[in-house]
Amino acid sequence: MSNILALIEVSSNGDLRDSTSSLLAAAARIGSPVAVVVTTPGAGSALVERLGNLGAAQVFLAEIDQGGTLLVAPQVDALAAAVSTLAPGAILTVNSVEGRDVAARLGVRIGAGLVIDAVNLRSEGLTIVATHSVFGGAYTVESTVQGGPMIVTVREGVIEGAADAAVPVVTTVSLTSDASNSAVIDEVIDVVVASTRPGLRGATRVVSGGRGLGSQEKFSLVDQLADALGAAVGASRAAVDAGFVAQACQVGQTGVTVSPQLYVALGISGAIQHRAGMQTAKTIVAINKDADAPIFDIADFGIVGDVFTVVPQLIAAIESRGKK
Amino acid sequence: MKIIVLVKQVPDTYGERTLDPTTGWIDRAGSDAVIDEIDERALEVALSYKDAHKGTEVVVLSMGSKAVTVGLRKGLAMGADSAVHVLDAALEGADAGWTAAAIAAALTSTGFDLVIAGNESTDGGGGVVPAMVAEHLGLAHMTFLESVDISADQVAGERATGQGTLRVHASLPAVISITENLPEARFPNFRGIMSAKKKPFRVASLGDLGIDPAVTFAGVGRSVVLQATKRPARTAGTKIVDEGNAGVELADFLVAGHLI
Ligand SMILES: Cc1cc2nc3c(=O)[nH]c(=O)nc-3n(C[C@H](O)[C@H](O)[C@H](O)COP(=O)(O)OP(=O)(O)OC[C@H]3O[C@@H](n4cnc5c(N)ncnc54)[C@H](O)[C@@H]3O)c2cc1C
Ligand SMILES: Nc1ncnc2c1ncn2[C@@H]1O[C@H](COP(=O)(O)O)[C@@H](O)[C@H]1O
Repeated sequence: MSNILALIEVSSNGDLRDSTSSLLAAAARIGSPVAVVVTTPGAGSALVERLGNLGAAQVFLAEIDQGGTLLVAPQVDALAAAVSTLAPGAILTVNSVEGRDVAARLGVRIGAGLVIDAVNLRSEGLTIVATHSVFGGAYTVESTVQGGPMIVTVREGVIEGAADAAVPVVTTVSLTSDASNSAVIDEVIDVVVASTRPGLRGATRVVSGGRGLGSQEKFSLVDQLADALGAAVGASRAAVDAGFVAQACQVGQTGVTVSPQLYVALGISGAIQHRAGMQTAKTIVAINKDADAPIFDIADFGIVGDVFTVVPQLIAAIESRGKK
Repeated sequence: MKIIVLVKQVPDTYGERTLDPTTGWIDRAGSDAVIDEIDERALEVALSYKDAHKGTEVVVLSMGSKAVTVGLRKGLAMGADSAVHVLDAALEGADAGWTAAAIAAALTSTGFDLVIAGNESTDGGGGVVPAMVAEHLGLAHMTFLESVDISADQVAGERATGQGTLRVHASLPAVISITENLPEARFPNFRGIMSAKKKPFRVASLGDLGIDPAVTFAGVGRSVVLQATKRPARTAGTKIVDEGNAGVELADFLVAGHLI
């Protein structure tokens, strides 16, 4: 089985990101997973056992002092070093901001073709085939790379299951990145997740609010229903632009793509760009005052009504059932 | 300061966008083509810097079919000083790798201090071209910037990462890409539209840029679409008008579907 490199993302305090398990699972579908990690000298060994438990057959530790100061150059150098010693069948990164940057620069450096935003991977003989969900799920596309190495960015949180645990073979190299062609990181401000609410990406239930919520204060109705359902909070771009809610909550074409079991759209018209981020949800519920809102065309259960009367009644009904 | 803005012509997101089932390429004839909204915002970043700093030169650059002319003219009408169009039949169906190589060669031929792109194109582009261009040019990149601060010899900003924010900077020349957190673009006015017709507009082929695909891309991996299948469209289910009891009916629906 060929080696499949998986670039593991690490937080500013050295912890493995949540994406690790699913990326190693993706690698295991097409070969033998090699976790490639950038660490400060000496810090990597603490991660080896956990990477093994998540399925890494090998761990390639690149000790680079500049890990926290140079923007992605250390990650690109680490993968380039791993490519030259391990002759991989493919190289995987998370389809995150960092993962795409690394894939982009590495691709040019080693002459690889890029396959972006895969939602699944499989081998067909010697060919690795990636599946994509395009235009908000309107198309399923399969692609591969011909004529050279293959780099794949894998959509966060979509590949389920875990690779088998292993006791990894560890390689440690020490590298120095060229600072002259890299941006400099002045400060890292990691978001502290204060709420117990699930994150939007990969959530099984999502309640989203649109311009129809009217104001930042009144947007709390969305939070209340989300909490009653144990759901993540989403929003339309109009709600984000109006300042009702943080940009990270935006669902759609230029926001997050979600594919939950349940999607509830409150006061959202259902513009094509919004639908592109949620139309693959299993069940869609919409509440909107306007009977002609396009969101109703794709809703499994639509209510023509005012969110400020329907939602409180819904919450009360959910709560009274909880008490029974 | 010379700023080059990368603009891409995409099918209008307000229309239905389709893929050609045999090639898997975007069916560009099937929908109206416009400059991607995010690239107009990138141009706005350059133009507002120019408003405040006389002597700034702004160039719009695009690689694409003949249809791109319209988008580049709009960029000129908005206030860019000149346009560069990379046009070559061999680039039809170009993947990100070919696109980035062609753009990088065009940038080298033009010269620049700063390149500004959109973070991610809306027609299935993957948000990789700007960093690929930077690697070709051996320059620093800063992508997905939510704020941009340009000074005479460096560019700084905040980069959104999904987990938080990074404050970053790079010396010029550099390549950056911006998110839709940056302001919407201005509209072209009448004077802009009239003067656009007189502004320099260069069309360059791959040969003009010193690229022979058979040589430049020998041994380089190329992504190819094997198959594209349209999923059946979603259909509407139950729709009720609230007559005072809809919240309870919805709760019943959720219970019946084991959703609560
Ligand atoms: C390039 C591009 C990318 C885009 N990307 C995205 C994206 O990622 N995500 C996104 O969402 N949009 C995106 N958009 C914007 C999109 O076109 C719409 O403008 C946006 O989705 C509208 O948001 P909305 O439904 O909240 O607002 P509106 O369209 O204004 O709809 C508000 C709805 O609320 C209803 N309403 C009002 N009051 C009440 C009430 N009391 N009770 C019930 N209903 C009520 C109204 O009937 C109306 O239907 C993009 C646009 C472009 C051009
Ligand atoms: N063909 C192109 N011509 C000009 N600019 C492009 C082209 N393709 C991509 N870009 C630039 O790169 C950004 C990101 O595109 P992409 O990597 O395709 O998502 C776009 O917003 C443009 O600024």
